[in-house]
Amino acid sequence: MNPVSHAEDPSGERRDFLYYATAGFGAVAAGAAAWPLVNSMNPSADTRAASQMRVDVSGVSEGTQLTVLFLGKPIFIRRATPDEIEAAQAVELGELPDQIARNENISGDVEATVENRFLPPFGGGEGDGAAAAGGWLVMQGVCTHLGCVPLGDGAGDFGGWFCPCHGSHYDTAGRIRRGPAPENLPIPAAEFIDDTTILLG
Amino acid sequence: MGGIPHDHYEPNSRGEKWLHRRLPIVGLMYDTLMIPTPKNLNWMWIFGIVLVFCLVMQIITGVLLVMHYTPHVDMAFASVEHIMRNVNGGWAIRYIHQNGASLFFIAVYLHIFRGLYYGSYKAPREVTWIIGMLIYVLMMATAFMGYVLPWGQMSFWGATVITGLFGAIPFIGEGIQTWLLGGPAVDNATLNRFLSLHYLLPFLILGLVIVHIWAFHTTGNNNPTGVEVRRTSKKEAEADTLPFWPYFVIKDLFALAVILVIFFAIVGFMPNYLGHPDNYIEANPLATPAHIVPEWYFLPFYAILRAFDQEVWVVIAADFLTGGIVDAKFFGVIAMFGAMLVMALAPWLDTSSVRSGRYRPMFKWWFWVFAFNFVVLTWVGARPAEGIYPYIALIASAYWFAYFLVILPLLGVIEKPLPQPDTIEDDFNEHYSGDDGTPGSGTAAAPSPAE
Repeated sequence: MNPVSHAEDPSGERRDFLYYATAGFGAVAAGAAAWPLVNSMNPSADTRAASQMRVDVSGVSEGTQLTVLFLGKPIFIRRATPDEIEAAQAVELGELPDQIARNENISGDVEATVENRFLPPFGGGEGDGAAAAGGWLVMQGVCTHLGCVPLGDGAGDFGGWFCPCHGSHYDTAGRIRRGPAPENLPIPAAEFIDDTTILLG
Repeated sequence: MGGIPHDHYEPNSRGEKWLHRRLPIVGLMYDTLMIPTPKNLNWMWIFGIVLVFCLVMQIITGVLLVMHYTPHVDMAFASVEHIMRNVNGGWAIRYIHQNGASLFFIAVYLHIFRGLYYGSYKAPREVTWIIGMLIYVLMMATAFMGYVLPWGQMSFWGATVITGLFGAIPFIGEGIQTWLLGGPAVDNATLNRFLSLHYLLPFLILGLVIVHIWAFHTTGNNNPTGVEVRRTSKKEAEADTLPFWPYFVIKDLFALAVILVIFFAIVGFMPNYLGHPDNYIEANPLATPAHIVPEWYFLPFYAILRAFDQEVWVVIAADFLTGGIVDAKFFGVIAMFGAMLVMALAPWLDTSSVRSGRYRPMFKWWFWVFAFNFVVLTWVGARPAEGIYPYIALIASAYWFAYFLVILPLLGVIEKPLPQPDTIEDDFNEHYSGDDGTPGSGTAAAPSPAE
């Protein structure tokens, strides 16, 4: 109990070391035992495996939208009308609450222009503005606020999508314009593998 | 218990003595049941028993429902209809369980507001209060997961929105959300784990209820005057109290009977009044209902969650000061959980040494505004987030925080409390002597009429 003799007592130091070592190993062992239990709640192998899907878009004409379920979430595939493309192009970047494109197919945080939001047609198209001219908009149909599915077909005050849950308005390029949602609707990894087929994932 | 002098259990027969030496369980039950209880408790003190009854009722009906329920996305909805149509008395068991949740929350809100008015959270009952708040949070988690199980539209979309709250946490949120859901979206894995947890949590609540009772049996009950029971002698303690059995048990059971008449009228004649019709549509991940509304008991906090959008100056300031880490979405989540946190911290935020609101002339007003404000939040939480409603929600949310963070700390300094009675006995005599014409002698401990 005497601190002086304790410090001078080599067996006391040895005992301290044994306490800390035992407690340390005990903590590591408890963590190692807990991790598999915690990890069992993460997505299972079959959930992780379903990560690619082909979608036939030959039936999607201008001004219509196809919604498919991919990885448990809806994907909006819309072919915009020239009017809608023009309306989206007319918006100044400075007016957008979120000025990043949120496009998984383009690396880096590029600007949320129409060209960076729309999906280029098969073969990439010709020249600047080819993606916009094709009019294909592929987005995850999940509101970036709290995950509801926004209503389409020109809903909301900006002619694009409107989330009924908490009133977020998206424009014709799926960009957030007003309401509680912080970001533009995200664009998943997608590409045309022929004229009428989109590969998701 | 409670340091209040009273008679303890004495084993008499040989059998009792034999057991008492090995396990003093009869003594524990005797002392719990016979605890000296302030004799001036009013009708706001009945909800403890109502809450215990609700918990037991929910566990029993829940165990029976699980025997007929199938936790799978393709079969859950149909299995609930199977319970409603085919299982003997299944409709009654399900409607009791469903409306039992509402009764549970009505009772818990009245219980909490009772505590807030009479200062039951103040020293030395802080631990009782904190455990109560933990029970309340677990109740909300349990109710939320239970609502997902029928796999209707509101189940699915409610689950999507609420688990989305965790996704709003910066950096790690998405990982946590995926871990909670067991996949990229609400799906079969989610439904299975929610059933598991919905079955588990009530037993944790039961454990906490026992600790809650243990805590206030250690300190003794609060009472409408907030004045402590005298502990100086057994005679004085007996002048302030009556044993819990039979006096308060019978009173509480009478109140419970009245409440159950109303409860079963609702179960029998309007069982879906408090529910939402959209939950009788099977879950569809491709179509969000036009207007997602949580169950009524979540509405006040749902209103606070939605109140802080990106046009509110505190949200803009927080966003700017944290370099965009705390955005409007995360701010809403912080506000919602913060609203519960400030309520849990009430024992340390309230600086007044007077417990009962009865003797606090200024506090009274602020409290009733707070209670009314709670009703406003409940109402506005069910309105769509447009027009005037977001402003009402914002003002009401601001008052919630102001009540705990500004009003309670300041009142203790600036308020001049009214004189309190010296003892519970004085309060009791003042209340009961005038009514029937017999003058209060001030020393008569026993109630005079009818005995």
